[in-house]
Amino acid sequence: MIWALVSTSAHAALTIEITQGVEGALPIAVVPFDTTKLPVKLPVDIAQIVSNDLNRSGIFETLDNKSLPAEPHYSAQVRYSRWRNASQEYLVVGRIFLKSSGQYDIQFQLLDVLKQKQILGYSLPVKKRNLRSSAHEISDLIYEKITGTPGAFNTRIAYVKSQGDKARKYVLQVADTDGFNAHTVLESDEPLMSPSWSPNGQSLAYVSFEHKRPEIFIQHLASGKRSKISSFKGINGAPSWSPNGKSLALVLSKDGSPDIYTLNIATKRLKRLTRHRSIDTEPVWNNNGKTIIFTSDRSGSPQLYEVSAMGGKPKRITFEGRYNSDASISPDGKYITMVHGDRGKYKIAQLERETGNMTVLTDAFLDESPSFSPNGKMVLYASTGGDNGVLYAVSVDGRAKHKLSDQSGDIREPVWGPYKLKK
Amino acid sequence: MNAISMTNKLYFLAFLAFFITACATTQGEEIQTDDSSVDITVEGDGTGIMVEDDSSIIATPIVVEDMTAEELLEQTDTDLANRTIYFEFNSAKLSDESLSLLEVHGNFIAENGIVEVRLEGHADERGSREYNIGLGDQRAQTVRRVLLIQGSSADQIDTVSYGEEQPAVSGHSEEAWAKNRRVELIYTVN
Repeated sequence: MIWALVSTSAHAALTIEITQGVEGALPIAVVPFDTTKLPVKLPVDIAQIVSNDLNRSGIFETLDNKSLPAEPHYSAQVRYSRWRNASQEYLVVGRIFLKSSGQYDIQFQLLDVLKQKQILGYSLPVKKRNLRSSAHEISDLIYEKITGTPGAFNTRIAYVKSQGDKARKYVLQVADTDGFNAHTVLESDEPLMSPSWSPNGQSLAYVSFEHKRPEIFIQHLASGKRSKISSFKGINGAPSWSPNGKSLALVLSKDGSPDIYTLNIATKRLKRLTRHRSIDTEPVWNNNGKTIIFTSDRSGSPQLYEVSAMGGKPKRITFEGRYNSDASISPDGKYITMVHGDRGKYKIAQLERETGNMTVLTDAFLDESPSFSPNGKMVLYASTGGDNGVLYAVSVDGRAKHKLSDQSGDIREPVWGPYKLKK
Repeated sequence: MNAISMTNKLYFLAFLAFFITACATTQGEEIQTDDSSVDITVEGDGTGIMVEDDSSIIATPIVVEDMTAEELLEQTDTDLANRTIYFEFNSAKLSDESLSLLEVHGNFIAENGIVEVRLEGHADERGSREYNIGLGDQRAQTVRRVLLIQGSSADQIDTVSYGEEQPAVSGHSEEAWAKNRRVELIYTVN
């Protein structure tokens, strides 16, 4: 049985929990926004969502509401000395109005406490159903203004959930980065695997065993419409969308052992990139679309290799450790994260391409499926060693970490989606 | 199962009646019977059948009649009933024990053209998921090659890899992992 769903129904949210804070993070106070002008109470607390986002990043440390020295809503009401005495460097104030059109108007200002001036101010028109998304957008704007890097709060993640032990059910879901708005994309009695976002964030490619063997599908999220894209004899696995959205890299074993291919989605033209009797799998495109990084055990154990998207001789790129697999490439192409096996433990490690330096980012024993945030500052991954599979996001410096869990089952294979298209 | 062992018993009793008569009348048979007792077992069933007689009779194993492929597959105490092949970590190599077990399966498949087998390859949960799909595939392919060498025909064998997606046993211990690194032989009779 298989159920493809149009993503409308919101399910119980994932639980989010900061498991590792950062010392020396930038102190910022987000004052609850003024909602007294609204006829009806808002279903969400905008300032709280912003505050949670900023905290999770590890870059900021927000002041809890009880410790606020005052509750201004306009920059004109702010007495900077109070905030300086509370050791704050930044202050966010705001207010929300209901416009005659029925839309909300969220106004906020970001203030520099030391310079005693506004450094950012916006008025955002928002539909009711987009309130959470707007709060994340505000977090992104604040994050970018202060750090110089775009925020990635207003993006989505996809992951696979499995429920039940004997009668397992597999669910492909999409949720906001803070675990809210979890929507089911597909539900099946047979395994679902390896979701990959289209570069425009509108579709997912994935592997489904609904016909008792692996096949690759592409599903449009808003409509629920899906099509079977690869169903050769043997393995059809590890789809990865090319940066221009026109092709998938994938794994097929139709010619013997698992090899890397590219498939043009429109023309269905297939190109074989590797030809080796070893396991070649887990292809990911470099951001320029010119090369593909994949896992191969041709040397005797799994290691990462790079091959031209036109084909050619693959070049090995990992040398440290007996087990390196399942690459994710940072948006600037400078780093690769991977599953790194080290003395029987499987951790997430990061390779700096220029220097070849490997840094281990995690310290559990069964971590897998790393995925960079679109701004390259966090790595999302699955940790399966506990009672339930859970997701973690760790900052690329390894300092901040938070956990996403779901009481109803194992969650795994997270993939961080791209930036939303600007409307 | 019950129905089958019942059938076997009936076959056997019919045969036994014939056999006893034959012994009584035919000279030069190689089967030796003891006047006191004959131990009777039916191959593949395993439960000795005591035959009520004035002098209880026991006979040594006798193949009663060729069982159909279906019947053979329903036997629970034969090598054929053992349909899981286990592997070492990150390996698709077969142990000697597995090889001799696969010899039994290979012969069975070769001798029964109506039988098809699906080889489902699995891996333990360690390492990455798609790599483990590759590993499960290698394991299934290794088993397939052995079955082909035994004379099975390629169109009798189908393979699929589930990687680490369908563990036989849950848990994160060496004990659980050892049970999950496997190929399962799933038979169908046409």
